[in-house]
Amino acid sequence: MNAHARAALTLVRDEARLHWHDAAVWNMRTKRDRAASAVPDWEALRDAASRIKLHTLSRLPEYLEEFERKALALGAQVHWAADAAEHNAIVLGLLRDRGVTRLVKSKSMLTEECHLNGVLEEAGIEVVDTDLGERIVQLGKEPPSHIVMPAIHRKREEIGELFHRTLHTPAGLSDPKQLTEAARQHLRQKFLAGQAGLTGVNFALAETGGFVVCTNEGNADLGVALPPIHIASMGVEKLIPRAADLAVFLRLLARSGTGQPITTYTSHFHGPRPGGELHIILVDNGRSNLLASETHRRALCCIRCGACMNTCPVYRRSGGHSYRTTVPGPIGSVLSPAADAVRNVSLPFASSLCGSCSDVCPVKIDLHSQLLAWRRELDARGLTPVGKRRGVKIASWVLQRPRVYRFAGWMVRFFGRLLPAGLLRRLSGGWGQERDLPPMPVRSFREEWRSRRAN
Amino acid sequence: MRTSREKMLEGLHQARPPPVPLPDLATSPVRFEDVASRFAQSVVDVGGACLRVPGLLEAAAAIRALPVTQSAKQIVSLVSDVLPGNLSIDAVADPHGFAGVDLAIVPGEFGVAENGAVWLTDAVLRERRAVLFVTQHLVLVVPGKELVHTLHDAYARLRLGAPGFGIFISGPSKTADIEQALVIGAHGARSTTVLLVG
Repeated sequence: MNAHARAALTLVRDEARLHWHDAAVWNMRTKRDRAASAVPDWEALRDAASRIKLHTLSRLPEYLEEFERKALALGAQVHWAADAAEHNAIVLGLLRDRGVTRLVKSKSMLTEECHLNGVLEEAGIEVVDTDLGERIVQLGKEPPSHIVMPAIHRKREEIGELFHRTLHTPAGLSDPKQLTEAARQHLRQKFLAGQAGLTGVNFALAETGGFVVCTNEGNADLGVALPPIHIASMGVEKLIPRAADLAVFLRLLARSGTGQPITTYTSHFHGPRPGGELHIILVDNGRSNLLASETHRRALCCIRCGACMNTCPVYRRSGGHSYRTTVPGPIGSVLSPAADAVRNVSLPFASSLCGSCSDVCPVKIDLHSQLLAWRRELDARGLTPVGKRRGVKIASWVLQRPRVYRFAGWMVRFFGRLLPAGLLRRLSGGWGQERDLPPMPVRSFREEWRSRRAN
Repeated sequence: MRTSREKMLEGLHQARPPPVPLPDLATSPVRFEDVASRFAQSVVDVGGACLRVPGLLEAAAAIRALPVTQSAKQIVSLVSDVLPGNLSIDAVADPHGFAGVDLAIVPGEFGVAENGAVWLTDAVLRERRAVLFVTQHLVLVVPGKELVHTLHDAYARLRLGAPGFGIFISGPSKTADIEQALVIGAHGARSTTVLLVG
């Protein structure tokens, strides 16, 4: 059994929970469908989004320099970080120099990717994630399991218990309204006490040097409107050329992610607040390597809406934690092997290649083709398990020889009827772990076909 | 030693894909028959309330009649010709001073029919945007003739690039992070009422 399948067992073995998780995530997919079908020019939008992103990638250094120039002119400070360690060092340096010991953060998958929180906490800085889902997983000391709904794997009773333990809410609370209110009160104090705010970036505008942050809760805005210091961390792929291109992406983003026509708050930042500071950190951390790959560079078009995971039959039935990466689901399985092929070798196989992810992707990333391409690449690099490679070689040899194939079929049918079910399951490898083999027919398909034609 | 900036730019130069042309700015064929009704419906769909009033006098009466106004102790109003507040925004130098605000009444520049969003900028907020997010309840006053169909039309009229802050607000603050149950009033305004005037 491969690493992803093994990690998925936690959810797979709890059948009731598995179905609950599957239904919860599928619910988002149905909301997305309703929202998308209400927009008559949906496909034109997807096409435009894809072409704008691919164009931007083809001129990324120029756009980054333009963005930097404009952002500096607006009074922001721009930092460049080649990798996660450098990004974390920049944030830590900024906070230390200003004596900041309390940082409020809004959701940023990039800082998750860089594992920023641990670095800051080690340095004695209190880091508060303020997105409700992020706060839940932070209090529970676990990573997010979904990029849009970080705590989608948690049941309300569990969150009630967690809040009871950490926020001292009354025991037995499980009403989402009451739990959210408790979090609001708790986090309002954190917002008011924060000395600096850190946000991610949804879109950065080369043309203006500004950037856009989208939230539903308002946490990014509260986090940076109160303290005088705003740090914005962004991957270099977040750029788009023109401000007016936002129309395309904003019409797609929330509809694809949650089925909303737009997020509640869509904030456009151009320079610091009067009397405040704005620091923009541009992060590579493997993105230029991905850009160099002709096969996989399209993955950099991703706008992190989460639609591919919501639709994925494997994600829905294995859970975000089974991917053991910052970004789970189909897009995560495309991005993660580029970062660490050895550790993440099983992820491109965590797919039925049904192609639903590619169909819902608002920027038209060919996700399932990329997963297949990864399988080939990882195989060619000798990273896939020996048993799998040997098995595929044998299958290929057999399938090219009709007589051998017919003989093999006869063997399987013969011994399949003869051997006890328990032994057969063991022989059928991973496939038989969670299901019974079908009863073996007496005749092969060819024999059946011939006899029917004869009649 | 090379800086990270040089290293990153050089790496991205080397990784550069073949040129892909920049597509023309996208437009949308979406045109609503009754843009005001559609806007009002969109505001309701995103969890807000939308009241249509013929003039400023009626707007004042409508705001006064709102339960959130009647129970509000501290009100910041940026449309004092409609309804004066009791906390002057100019009197608050530190944004933390808004912590006790119950209701903020703010003029919106224009609304977007397809998603119920209202555009606001620092210009009306007098550099004190915190009040938008700290307030318990929010009333946005939008001129009825200032409505556009889609976001494409919205960005066509915006001139972004000058220093400052601008925001689309669509409905009240909300979350569905606990078992996807929609809860209104996450961190920001617990209610957003849009007054469409004229």
